[in-house]
Amino acid sequence: MRFYEYEAKTLLRRYEVPLASFRVASTPEEAAATAGELGGTVVLKSQVLSGGRMKAGGVKFASSPQEARQAAAEILRLPISGQVPRSVLIEPKAPVAKEYYAGVIYNTLAKRPAIIFSDMGGIDIEEVAEQHPEHLTQATFSSLRPVSDYKMKEVVASLGITGNELTALTPILSRLARAFLAHGLTLAEINPLARLENGSFVCLDCHVDMDEDARDRQGALLQELGIGREETRQARPPTPFEIRGAQIDAQDTRGVAGRIVEFDGDLGLIIGAGGGSLTLFDAVRKYGGRAANYCEIGGNPSVSKACELTKLILSKPGVDKIAVMMNVVSNTRVDIVARGVIKGVVESGYDPAEKIAIFRIPGSWEGEGFKILRKYGVEYYDRSVSMDEAARRAVAKMQTV
Amino acid sequence: MAMFIRVEVDPQVAGQADLVKKLVEVCPVDIFATGQDGALAIVEQNLDECTLCDLCIQACPPGTVKVVKLYE
Repeated sequence: MRFYEYEAKTLLRRYEVPLASFRVASTPEEAAATAGELGGTVVLKSQVLSGGRMKAGGVKFASSPQEARQAAAEILRLPISGQVPRSVLIEPKAPVAKEYYAGVIYNTLAKRPAIIFSDMGGIDIEEVAEQHPEHLTQATFSSLRPVSDYKMKEVVASLGITGNELTALTPILSRLARAFLAHGLTLAEINPLARLENGSFVCLDCHVDMDEDARDRQGALLQELGIGREETRQARPPTPFEIRGAQIDAQDTRGVAGRIVEFDGDLGLIIGAGGGSLTLFDAVRKYGGRAANYCEIGGNPSVSKACELTKLILSKPGVDKIAVMMNVVSNTRVDIVARGVIKGVVESGYDPAEKIAIFRIPGSWEGEGFKILRKYGVEYYDRSVSMDEAARRAVAKMQTV
Repeated sequence: MAMFIRVEVDPQVAGQADLVKKLVEVCPVDIFATGQDGALAIVEQNLDECTLCDLCIQACPPGTVKVVKLYE
């Protein structure tokens, strides 16, 4: 879940990351009053859960309360990536001498958090990595031991930074890493991290994403920030298709079948199991398949849940077939999923043999499941066909439609 | 309408209050219910949720409850 910039800055302030004295305004009048109190030139920034604000016209400067009122009015009525701004963040314009980047992510290959640092801030870090890799450094660190200042110092120093800059930057990286670990974050990023003309450092913009599963543990923080349980905080509002998926998932507590993301392809996917959904989704794309959706099923969903999910996917315009593919399952029963999917296909008015491109769920109760699939003439595979190969076969079937 | 499972219960069991109570209690997916007259009622919409656990078969005298797989 994403945080608005003002929320992310509120969080980083707790960790004593240096920030300008920012305020938030919901109306042009409030913005004018705030600009008057702050004095001098201020920057006004649209509060949306989306990047690209500068390019979209969501960031403006104002030298007087009148200009601030006008700028805020323009920003507040400007949707960015389909999102209407919640408010405007206002802070003094900083006299920047140089911009840096600092970020913490979770490195899934190393299975450890990683700190990323660059002496080229203010632009996309992906662009720096691609075009100026010598200006970027990263290192993983332990999520179990306390964050080491020495480790962060090594990271900064590896780009040739010394002296006062090194001394000032080191604790900022440490504090960012501590915030990342303490709050179940999946991304904590300061960009740009600016060195001002007087030599001090300040976080000009930041981006924080929290793991959805950390919400319960972070109740106190979310309450302090005023983030209610009803706020999904995804990059875009859920579509009616996705909302219906969530309703299906919530219909009973048995298993998961409904966490769904909508795409515009023709192959409906019922996928999951121990990271299988991501693997299978990527494999479908690798072989040129056009997925109609991403989803996650697992934990032994009930027949009715699997049935309703199948019906939902088949009701989506443009879906020609569905592929039912999972990793080897242990706590999910193959026969239960097979019943649900076949029932969903039949209740949607289709022939399972035609509509199901492939069924590849090996594991618990597979013998019983395969009997059901045979009866309905569905093409199925056991674990001797890999997930990757199953995805390839599903895509190949679509190409012969 | 159930597509995969049918449950057959001997009429004598279906009318015996203690066995009806047992069936309602043991089924993990609520296939059995007590009807208005105290007799056993089969919840049609839950039949396909049957996990083939056999608890209903074990709860009653041998041969009085049958779980039929319609796909065999």
